[in-house]
Amino acid sequence: MNEKSQYSVMLFKAVSYVLKAEKILKKENLPHKLIPVPKNISSDCGICLRFDPALQNKIEAALLNKVEVEEIRALRD
Amino acid sequence: MNRDVIYFDNAATSWPKPPQTIAAMQNYMQNIGGSPGRSGHRLSIEAARIVFDAREKLAQLFNVPDPLQIVLTRNATEGLNIAVFGFLKPGDHVITSGMEHNSVMRPLRAMEARGVGITVVPCDSDGLIDPGDVVKAIRKNTKAIFITNASNVTGTVMPVSDIGRLAREHGLVLCVDAAQTAGCFPIDVAEMNIDLLAFTGHKALFGPSGTGGLYIREGLEKGIEPICVGGTGSRSEVETQPDFMPDRFEAGTPNTVGIAGLRAGVEFVLAQGVAQIKSREEKLVRMFIEGVSDLPGIILYGRKSVDRRTPAVSFNIDGMDPAAVALELDEQFGVMSRSGLHCAPAAHKTIGTYPMGTVRFSFSFFNTEEQIIKSIEALKQIGKGRKNR
Repeated sequence: MNEKSQYSVMLFKAVSYVLKAEKILKKENLPHKLIPVPKNISSDCGICLRFDPALQNKIEAALLNKVEVEEIRALRD
Repeated sequence: MNRDVIYFDNAATSWPKPPQTIAAMQNYMQNIGGSPGRSGHRLSIEAARIVFDAREKLAQLFNVPDPLQIVLTRNATEGLNIAVFGFLKPGDHVITSGMEHNSVMRPLRAMEARGVGITVVPCDSDGLIDPGDVVKAIRKNTKAIFITNASNVTGTVMPVSDIGRLAREHGLVLCVDAAQTAGCFPIDVAEMNIDLLAFTGHKALFGPSGTGGLYIREGLEKGIEPICVGGTGSRSEVETQPDFMPDRFEAGTPNTVGIAGLRAGVEFVLAQGVAQIKSREEKLVRMFIEGVSDLPGIILYGRKSVDRRTPAVSFNIDGMDPAAVALELDEQFGVMSRSGLHCAPAAHKTIGTYPMGTVRFSFSFFNTEEQIIKSIEALKQIGKGRKNR
């Protein structure tokens, strides 16, 4: 198993929530990427936040009480 | 830009716009173009960032804690329609003022036909409401107060903070029509206890027409039914409207190019500062009022002092049809004004100018002292001509 190919995605209700989270994470210098929601997770047509699982606690703390997060999933390429 | 034109119709729509507004719209059309919140590609995301950023700037301007509590609409009217049709139910009672625009009055009258009780609190001849009269109008089933922040006819600014305080005391929802004030008068939804704030983008916020919004206090959205439902880009798997903000009230592809312009307009307002814009406009209003109050035949309506008023001034020339005055102003002097009832028959009844109406000058940040002097001279000439007829 290649550890480096592991990543997590954070799902939100709508794109405006993703963008709200993006602004906060940029301010906090927490690396992340916006990607289309992988089809195996949801049939929704939106985008989600992709990030390094090692940063999960920091990212969650930054967004706490600021942006409602729907779900976090650990994935592999 | 046509420099020979003196544009005094900013209460209808502001012109000129800051160059930034036009540049932002052109940039979106030329370089971005995507549909916000619909797809995952970079142009769609960039479009969504513009829309989100517009919400954030509006939130900053009105001291809204969460930008997502701002619904973007076509204009103030659409926001007011959401507030009236979505929130009121047969059997409810609402209080409004005798200075309202038809954007408030017509939705309320339509709900009256469906069983909502309405009390229109009369205002004084300057168009000012007495908050004490609002309290007297409260009934057991009163649900909300709908009030304009400032009259589009006389420019009179209502004591919204006082009304907000008493709305809170009596557990009523306060809905404010800020079409005439957003951008040129300080608005703080928290401090003023405003639950619903409808605003337009194309007046003092210097955006293009087709933009506006409705702020909804957090939690209140649950009690408001959307008046338009459809695609939102979110929750695509379900065939019912999402219940969260702002998607609950934003169905269909938004006016992204307009919102790009609005965002730039609000940025301009924030950079100049509402206080500076207000003081500049006060200077112009003071100069105009002082310049015309001694002219023979001129009848001014509304407050003569510049405090608690917007830069909209209504007047008549004694014995002349306001439409004839407006036409002469345009054709002979290049001054753009608006005559008639200004979509606010209630306000004209209050100030005693119904059904004839008035001539209205409404100034903006971009007007100049020189233009005011020219317009005073024009009115002097028109007044003289009246005597010779």
